[in-house]
Amino acid sequence: LKYSVFSLLKNAFSGHQNWAPAWRDPAPKPEYDVIIVGGGGHGLSTAYYLAKEFGLKNIAVLEKGWLGSGNIGRNTTIIRSNYMLPGNNPFYELSMKLWEGLEQDFNFNAMVSQRGVLNLCHTDAQRDAFARRGNAMRIDGVDAELLDAHSVREMYPFFDFENPRFPIKGGLLQRRGGTVRHDAVAWGYARGADLRGVEIIQHCEVTGIDIVGGKVVGVQTTRGPIKCKKLGLATAGNSSETAAMAGLRLPLESHVLQAFVSEGLKPFIDGVVTFGAGHFYVSQSDKGGLVFGGDIDGYNSFARRGNLPMVEHVVEAGVAMIPSLARVRVLRSWGGIMDMSMDGSPIIDKTSVNGLYLNTGWCYGGFKATPASGFCFAHLIAKDTPKDVAAHYRLDRFERGYMIDEKGQGATPNLH
Amino acid sequence: MLITCPHCGTRPVEEFTFNGDAAPTRPRSIDAASMPQWFEYTYIRSNPKGWMDEYAHHSGGCRQWLVVTRNTETHEVKGTVAARDYAKKKAKAR
Repeated sequence: LKYSVFSLLKNAFSGHQNWAPAWRDPAPKPEYDVIIVGGGGHGLSTAYYLAKEFGLKNIAVLEKGWLGSGNIGRNTTIIRSNYMLPGNNPFYELSMKLWEGLEQDFNFNAMVSQRGVLNLCHTDAQRDAFARRGNAMRIDGVDAELLDAHSVREMYPFFDFENPRFPIKGGLLQRRGGTVRHDAVAWGYARGADLRGVEIIQHCEVTGIDIVGGKVVGVQTTRGPIKCKKLGLATAGNSSETAAMAGLRLPLESHVLQAFVSEGLKPFIDGVVTFGAGHFYVSQSDKGGLVFGGDIDGYNSFARRGNLPMVEHVVEAGVAMIPSLARVRVLRSWGGIMDMSMDGSPIIDKTSVNGLYLNTGWCYGGFKATPASGFCFAHLIAKDTPKDVAAHYRLDRFERGYMIDEKGQGATPNLH
Repeated sequence: MLITCPHCGTRPVEEFTFNGDAAPTRPRSIDAASMPQWFEYTYIRSNPKGWMDEYAHHSGGCRQWLVVTRNTETHEVKGTVAARDYAKKKAKAR
């Protein structure tokens, strides 16, 4: 069934009681050609592109919880392609292009809203760095505009421009950046994959990986053993655990990142604004809540909840940037677990085990990468060679000295 | 999260700066042949789900380096020792 205005009208007349489920709920078969572990954004998009772009059949996605129960439903929904390094930005720009056509492509309303992403700068040096990054973006064909303080003031007159510690001197604006409804991304990819024959098996936790003669032959799960020819791991937050089942040790630490939403407000902020110097960023959801966050808590965690000092820090930074926020009440806060890689960039690569593929290390940039991550991971699994724009995301780059360290901070995952 | 510093007593978590897993041991050799060990030490992490020994600097207190034993699933803190004592114990165990 294709969603359209006609299907909407037809179902409206029957009180929306007769919509078919958007995807099936199959029991696992004894064998698949390709198994993807992880039914989140990246796993589902991988399965979708494997079926749609690379024509593979007999694919399963195994999810230990329910579909989209991980970071795809816990992030702050921002999309952008404002990176600097040649290993990164062409990849994120592919992702942005896929976002731009996504809803038509998978026939699902993901509420892609290119409302602009503005990074604020507070010193001359930071403006120089933004100019450099903006130029690097434009070399890669990405839109970037360097704004002076006056232009930022026209957009957001209620910011604290005269803040004594961080006066706002301007910003770098990517107008094509914005927000997407995160749950709908998981649902759209799930439905699109399911329509193309992919079996999405929920509540099926992988407990072991079967390797014979250096080659993957299947997985052990809580719903019995399943054979496969190729196995892709897209298990953000738990990548070290799943990779350890195949005897691999990864250059990763798991860290907790918190996010917050305020009570619903009338239209207040129409774009996404980041205050990197103070560790704060904000956008407003269509329901009216301000969605905001800051940095990771800074210690290894699998707890999916953070501690109060970071809550205080984020809120302080927010009020420093927008004094009127002081009167807004926070509705909810939550945490997600990030695979923090040693250089702050992801890994999409083959492994030393034949037929085992790895998609990990997204730090807190995983959501915006969802379409390109799935596309490139599917390319790698289907063709056994990396897609050009993801060719730098190798697992062995740390050993060989080819880090993609956007922030230039070295092997310190809690600083990326 | 409360951490009991061996020098200052029980203090709130925001006084501490974390610096990751204390388990990796710095190689002693600088020979080219030791490069794989340096790679392991610098980049590879066990990333334990559960109990973990980690470096913490009491940056808002006595400014001493400590090793905190903390559960990464529950954030429960079991114990804290001075980093120097931890290193001595680790050297003895090797």
